[in-house]
Amino acid sequence: ETQNKGLEEGRRTLVEGRSAKTMALSRSCLSGGRLLSSSLRRTKFTLPDLAYGYGELEPIISGEIMELHHSKHHNTYVTNLNVAMEKLGDAQAKGDITAVVAAQAAIKFNGGGHVNHSIFWQNLAPPSKGGGAPPTGDLAEAIDATFGSLEAMKTKLSAMSVAVQGSGWGWLGTDAAGKLALATCANQDPLEATTGLVPLFGIDVWEHAYYLDYKNVRPD
Amino acid sequence: NFRGGAIVNPSFFGKTRAPPWRGGGAPPTGDLAEAIDATFGSLEAMKTKLSAMSVAVQGSGWGWLGTDAAGKLALATCANQDPLEATTGLVPLFGIDVWEHAYYLDYKNVRPD
Repeated sequence: ETQNKGLEEGRRTLVEGRSAKTMALSRSCLSGGRLLSSSLRRTKFTLPDLAYGYGELEPIISGEIMELHHSKHHNTYVTNLNVAMEKLGDAQAKGDITAVVAAQAAIKFNGGGHVNHSIFWQNLAPPSKGGGAPPTGDLAEAIDATFGSLEAMKTKLSAMSVAVQGSGWGWLGTDAAGKLALATCANQDPLEATTGLVPLFGIDVWEHAYYLDYKNVRPD
Repeated sequence: NFRGGAIVNPSFFGKTRAPPWRGGGAPPTGDLAEAIDATFGSLEAMKTKLSAMSVAVQGSGWGWLGTDAAGKLALATCANQDPLEATTGLVPLFGIDVWEHAYYLDYKNVRPD
């Protein structure tokens, strides 16, 4: 459902290269622009703004879903990520390894949720901002070379995403050699940390991403 | 595991729920009530604990009240459609489905409600 809208954005990021992608993520994911530092516990992550209104993706995705998804679900990941990072900072300051380990699950879940959704909002765009246009240039060539055609890639990625058991994400990404690959991850496991693939385009198959519009029919 | 659990879990879920005129909402009595009080202190304490565990499931899954091999009550959560007994050995008595489809249309993202 979101592939057409996402691929144009993916094209821009692939053409501009990995560093641009990382920078785009930095802008949206990290306030203050610092990735890791001893002052990590004072870095607050923030909810990125959308580049479009909640209703601009209709009729594919309703404004109701977009508003809940962004202002509730993603916002909760950001809030809980900040809490988890605070706990991690405290544990590190005390040298409490048990508490450090205990903090990891919440960081993975909420940090993954924040990273994944930050990419997702950039993948989506209304037609007026390029959404729906097929990829061009390097990305289009790479898709054809790797999968045969855009349609073939879409069919494969859709099938993999629909088949996720439980909650998760489907992804188009690039491997260390720059080659395109498809993958799925469970829950909010972030693609790069989990598989090493750099994410270009993701499909959220958590039920909250589609249920109000499509009910149980995830393939739609 | 996924498909089998998806049959076992909702079938069980249907049996554990009832409208008020069929007894739904009435607190447990007899042996179960005594066991809940003995294990958790009170019905409210058990409900608070089970609710918190269920809400905290990361992703899709179920919260459960069950009995272990010795017949003692226990609380557990399982991911996705993993069935309680096959996964943990606990015999299920009462389950809470926290897959988003179980509550989203009524409660949206507010799983605790």
